[in-house]
Amino acid sequence: MNTEITGTILIVLLTLLLAYPLGRYMAKVFAGQKNWLDFMKPVEKLIFKIGGVNPDEGMNWKQFLKAMLTINLLWFVYAFFVLMFQDKLPLNPDGNPGQTPDLAFNTAISFLVNCNLQHYSGETGVTYFSQLFVITFLQFVSAATGLAALIALFNGLKEKTTQNLGNFWNYFVKSITRVLLPLCIVVAVLLVFSGTPASFDGKDSITTLQGDSVQVSRGPAAGMIAIKQLGTNGGGWFGANSSHPLENPTYFSNIVETISILVIPMALVFSLGFYINRRKLSTVIFAVMSVLFVLFCCINIYYETRGNPAIDKMGITQSIGSMEGKEIRTGSAATALWSVITTSTSNGSVNGMHDSLTPLSGGVVILDMMINALYGGIGVGLLNYFIFIIIAVFISGLMVGRTPEFMGHKVEAREVKIAALVTLLSAFLIKGFTAFAAYMVAHHPEIAWSVKPSAWLNNPGYHGFSEMLYEFTSSNANNGSGFEGLSDNNIFWNVTTGFVLILGRYLPIIGPVAIIGLLAKKKYIPESSGTLRTDSYTFGAMTLAVIIIINALSYFPALALGPIAEYLSLY
Amino acid sequence: MKKYISPSLRLTLVMIVLCAVVFPLLIAGIGKLAPGGGKGETIAVNGKVVGYEKIGQRFTEDKYFWGRPSAVDYNAAGSAGSNKGPSNPDYLKLVQERIDSFLVHNPAVKKKEIPSELVTASGSGLDPDISPAAAKIQIARIASVRNIDQRKLHTLVETHTDGPMLGLFGPSKVNVLKLNIALDTLK
Repeated sequence: MNTEITGTILIVLLTLLLAYPLGRYMAKVFAGQKNWLDFMKPVEKLIFKIGGVNPDEGMNWKQFLKAMLTINLLWFVYAFFVLMFQDKLPLNPDGNPGQTPDLAFNTAISFLVNCNLQHYSGETGVTYFSQLFVITFLQFVSAATGLAALIALFNGLKEKTTQNLGNFWNYFVKSITRVLLPLCIVVAVLLVFSGTPASFDGKDSITTLQGDSVQVSRGPAAGMIAIKQLGTNGGGWFGANSSHPLENPTYFSNIVETISILVIPMALVFSLGFYINRRKLSTVIFAVMSVLFVLFCCINIYYETRGNPAIDKMGITQSIGSMEGKEIRTGSAATALWSVITTSTSNGSVNGMHDSLTPLSGGVVILDMMINALYGGIGVGLLNYFIFIIIAVFISGLMVGRTPEFMGHKVEAREVKIAALVTLLSAFLIKGFTAFAAYMVAHHPEIAWSVKPSAWLNNPGYHGFSEMLYEFTSSNANNGSGFEGLSDNNIFWNVTTGFVLILGRYLPIIGPVAIIGLLAKKKYIPESSGTLRTDSYTFGAMTLAVIIIINALSYFPALALGPIAEYLSLY
Repeated sequence: MKKYISPSLRLTLVMIVLCAVVFPLLIAGIGKLAPGGGKGETIAVNGKVVGYEKIGQRFTEDKYFWGRPSAVDYNAAGSAGSNKGPSNPDYLKLVQERIDSFLVHNPAVKKKEIPSELVTASGSGLDPDISPAAAKIQIARIASVRNIDQRKLHTLVETHTDGPMLGLFGPSKVNVLKLNIALDTLK
């Protein structure tokens, strides 16, 4: 057990060690400074030429968002039709069928918004063609979209007064050629040599030692697994995601994958400091995020290594922790760590089943997705955190009786309204839809739908409520993990979560980019002794308080009905 | 909006080629150099493939070491966990049945000695490993079925135990398939 704890510490320390230089490197890439992947320049030049775009052309916030939304809309249409007609396309050695319209709608949106709410199982629900041309493709470009949006925010913060937030196409292309693709090649090679398949062969048939006939699903999985982690998408090749022994074959591969999830989101916090030349600001932000992150890790590791009290009562020793839904080669501690990392970063891949987590760990991962800004998904994590900063600036401004300012720009009613709307929207979507689903289960369990509400839940009581709460929280956070016992491949869940996914993705991008566009246009006010210093630890504590208060007020009642009630009934 | 449609289309095509064609082919090519040629490592006995090293398989006969319970009965074309919550009464009843059944097959074992992973389902339903304790607890049964000295089996389990990575990080484990193959060759 002790070696399991040292393993988790090793993972976090290695990530930190890699994140700092990576953060500096990414700042250089997007600032257009010299860096060691400059040999990619001719490739990028060619891409811009084919695309017919001028990467140096500036865009204001409206143009930037229009470019982003146009290309996203195109991807949706493309993905939707490929998934529906995948059975008629090549690369389908296992003969898997096309997706139903509602499932294709849900899958296309899910991956479009960098989420992996997979209402299908990888072995049977998609073909190799879809895995590569839809899923893998969207895992790259949706991550690049988030990253590009974040650089727009950086530009707004960097300049004193500007309308120019940079060129969307430029950041989009460089996110892939300079950041995602090179890192993915390294990680994919490490995975292949750990035992993850990469060839295009279909299922294999074998006879086991005991004489059973078994079919083994395979496929070109290693590349997709690399980008699913690095792009904070999380969508697995196999149904069981990274708990599958081919998707995550060894303890070493588990270390590689865990680091891959966390490293870019963490690095981007450092990039902020390098890019806008305010290192202290990014250190303070990093500290605030890390306080909650470390707290969450400790809670989950404690409860998962301690075991399930209901099994204790049966007289069984759980010396290696709560093992339902977990794998021996990773162990309970590393699975607990992963559960926090994957929900902090909007990733959503799992190496153990979250539905079987002990109650408080289950509550922590839901809360983590509700906050959705502890490092956060690629690009969007810091955008979410920026909303909390704006609210903290506003509240501190009221407390000291001065017009609130952030980075030399007055924060006025319009900006605060946008920030408040983005925050309230999350709470509204999560609680509104969970209430709707719970109402159907409680009052119309036998309504004549293809899958009746009475058949939705895999667990009774408080835990069943948590399954529904988890699904909408995960959709809103674009996380994608699930309490997978929920029967979610039917019209109700495919459609409702589809809409929550769209709103939960685009409004939290549009909001912050609009705010920074509005702020950066304003006259620059030099800092004076009366200015509230946003790069101080006092302000960091203020932001932390805002995060805790907003989330406690919004979500405590919902959490009390699910995980907390289950905890009290078990312990 | 119109201004952005043409670059969107063209850049999409370029990125499809780069991310969905070039990248996977590159990795598949490099994968040919990896053990198993990037198709997954298989294990053969007398020239016949009996399984994948990393994929757990069903062992129910008393003469073999058993792996972990599986929610999908070791279906390697449909991995999944049970997704049962820790307080679910049906689930707890199932665990109790597994305990009872284990005790029937292993009369020498006391209940509190059963490692929990032998009565709880794995995440993938394909877990290839058990802990060294879970292997050792089955030695008495196998020794009596196969009429082999228990000490020999102890040595066998110990030689098949993989310790923590670098001796410092992560759990110890035993690959059940490899252990059983070695068991079959034991005299």
